[in-house]
Amino acid sequence: MKITTSEQLDSLLQSCTECLNNKINGENGKRAVVLCGGTGCLSSNSNDIKAKFIELIEKNGLSDKVTVNQVGCFGFCSQGPFVKIFPEDTLYRLVKVEDVEEIVNTDLINGQIVDRLLYIDPATKEKVEKQDDINFYKKQKRVALHGCGLINAEDINEAMGYGAFKGLKRALTMTQQEVIDEVLASGLRGRGGAGFPTGRKWSFAYANAADQKYVVCNGDEGDPGAFMDRSILEGNPFAVIEGMMIAGYAIGASEGYFYVRAEYPIAVDRLQKAIDQMTELGILGDNILGTDFSFRANIRLGAGAFVCGEETALLNSIEGKRGMPRPRPPFPAVKGLWGKPTIVNNVETLACVPYILREGAGEFASTGTDRSKGTKVFALGGKVNNVGLVEVPMGTTLRELVYDIGGGIPGNKKFKAIQTGGPSGGCLTEEYLDEPIDFDNLVAKGSMMGSGGAIVMDEDNCMVNIAKFYMEFICDESCGKCSPCRIGTKRMLEILTKITDGKGTMEDLDELEVLAEAVKNNSLCALGQTAANPIVSTMTHFKDEYIAHIVDKRCPAGICKNLMKYTIVKDSCFGCGLCARQCPVDAISVTDYTAPGKKKPAMQIDTDKCIKCGMCMASCKFKAIVKE
Amino acid sequence: MQKLSEAAVAKINEICDRHINDKTPLMMILSDIQKEYGYVPVEVQEIVSEKTGISVAEIYGVVTFYSFFSLKPKGKYIIGCCLGTACYVKGAQQIIDKFSEILGIGPGETTEDGLFTLDALRCIGACGIAPAVTINGTVYPKMEVGQVAGVIEQYRSKED
Repeated sequence: MKITTSEQLDSLLQSCTECLNNKINGENGKRAVVLCGGTGCLSSNSNDIKAKFIELIEKNGLSDKVTVNQVGCFGFCSQGPFVKIFPEDTLYRLVKVEDVEEIVNTDLINGQIVDRLLYIDPATKEKVEKQDDINFYKKQKRVALHGCGLINAEDINEAMGYGAFKGLKRALTMTQQEVIDEVLASGLRGRGGAGFPTGRKWSFAYANAADQKYVVCNGDEGDPGAFMDRSILEGNPFAVIEGMMIAGYAIGASEGYFYVRAEYPIAVDRLQKAIDQMTELGILGDNILGTDFSFRANIRLGAGAFVCGEETALLNSIEGKRGMPRPRPPFPAVKGLWGKPTIVNNVETLACVPYILREGAGEFASTGTDRSKGTKVFALGGKVNNVGLVEVPMGTTLRELVYDIGGGIPGNKKFKAIQTGGPSGGCLTEEYLDEPIDFDNLVAKGSMMGSGGAIVMDEDNCMVNIAKFYMEFICDESCGKCSPCRIGTKRMLEILTKITDGKGTMEDLDELEVLAEAVKNNSLCALGQTAANPIVSTMTHFKDEYIAHIVDKRCPAGICKNLMKYTIVKDSCFGCGLCARQCPVDAISVTDYTAPGKKKPAMQIDTDKCIKCGMCMASCKFKAIVKE
Repeated sequence: MQKLSEAAVAKINEICDRHINDKTPLMMILSDIQKEYGYVPVEVQEIVSEKTGISVAEIYGVVTFYSFFSLKPKGKYIIGCCLGTACYVKGAQQIIDKFSEILGIGPGETTEDGLFTLDALRCIGACGIAPAVTINGTVYPKMEVGQVAGVIEQYRSKED
């Protein structure tokens, strides 16, 4: 059936809402098993778990009483795979295929909770039955992640049961200018990194008359350590398409392109299914809901080039060219895809748009700080207990993010820094932990929001090495079009390599500062302009580590191989010789010293021969080998 | 220059025809060829050039720009070690070094028997299970250096 009027949509929305509510409340007389189908959980056999549930439910004759569904990412990736049982809302974590039988027998058949699969609060050691009671979720608010982890991302009816297309319906009753004003009033800023006001971008494209305009969704999520766009596309692709359509209506575009990384096959697959289902229902196509508005959505895949996340490079890539940025102006809103006015919005930005139109700009703007409204999704990773995807109101502090939501650092190690903004961002240290997160504040403190990667580092991470890691990345991904970025990043990498090899001089630090400034001021696009940020911020906050590498020829974290030395503490050595047998290069030999109380002479390492593989240290049962 | 088989030429022509009516079909054609054969050598680029009217120089430029396109054939099993930040801070470098050491190839290279290609991947967005390794699409979560030899052996033994 095709929907041609908003009345038809209304009645469909109503029946879908009842249907989804019944599933969650159990009013349809059925219980529902819901599994996480995000990339993380799928690679931990979520599919096999689903198959096992279906098999056992059938075998026990429960098919009429229990449904099994796969939904988008739950967010709490380090505790996956997840299984949730409705209507009780019981959440099981770290579920294995072998656990399914017990869940079926104990919970589905006998109505008892399987205690051992519940989440245990690390602080109180108490078991938590429901998702909302877990600390990880308590401070979150889901706007961009609306429906992720609740609805089946491959079923348009479930999406409609959870508010889909209500925003679009409202937008189509407004004028284009009114829609733009609503988005402006919400204070929504681009979630891809730069934080440009979305409504303003739209108004530029709206003001430029043309026979054809385009909306492009930037799903080329390249920042290492960020995966919110992937999770949104996997969890609720309908919301992103709806956001794109509202943008299209506002600026007068009838065609949209999703540019998604080829590394995200599940996201691409679900996005395509969503487009197909919406087209079949008449939500996409000609004369949507009986209006003059028509819209088509297409998908284009990236081919592995980080620079394509830059909007003009992305447009070149869609046009089948090398993904190199274009000089701006002209901005895409004037001359974009195939020379036509185009807006490029990030996945998360577009996912916020239906919410704004559905709930109103005021509701969206009621959370957040003065100049950054709404929420932001962060991919919390690295040395933190609760790795996963979290959406928090703007203004949440870094401490809340790392400790309350993230559960602190594993192994009681010491917090060293939180890196935000990926290769374009910077590291913030302990003294900044109470800073509220918003676009301008993070920039003022020397980092940036970026797309929302938040990588926690502990005392075992070497900050010079991290700076080098990012520079290697940037150097590799620099497109080569402009020389400051192409040559400057290479020179900076050479200096960092020199320092981590123990061959650096203090003059190198001055040189780095000069280069950083030059690359920042003279590069064509944001990739080059921000390339030096990781160096600048680590040099600001961790100068002592740079100096330790240069002057003391020592890596305080023990990461930089060329500065590391393994030694045997003679008085702790029992002379068992296990290390010598493990050594791949025969660098360990017997000395003529026998420690008091030991029966055999101690061993020693020939540092010239040693390749620093660490096998000896790992094999020593007496902890007699130290790394320094 | 190596001569392409008739079947291959027909297939490449067919792939070009799939997208030829698109406004800018080059990326999609190259993607499909890469998927079908695992690489896009110059001889193939010449056919694409004839079909699309785009010069071989421009096509070569595109093929060498994007890391997904390869000029040389890849191994039967493509080992991708994620070197995204979250994986990196959890020791991904040591994992890829170990693969490198056992296979005797560097990142981007293929073993002589054509069995394995080792790739360093940018973040694959699986940060919750870092460090992650993918082999022909199968994801190995939370890899440890000690597991590397076993994983390689698992694929080698399939060949015996």
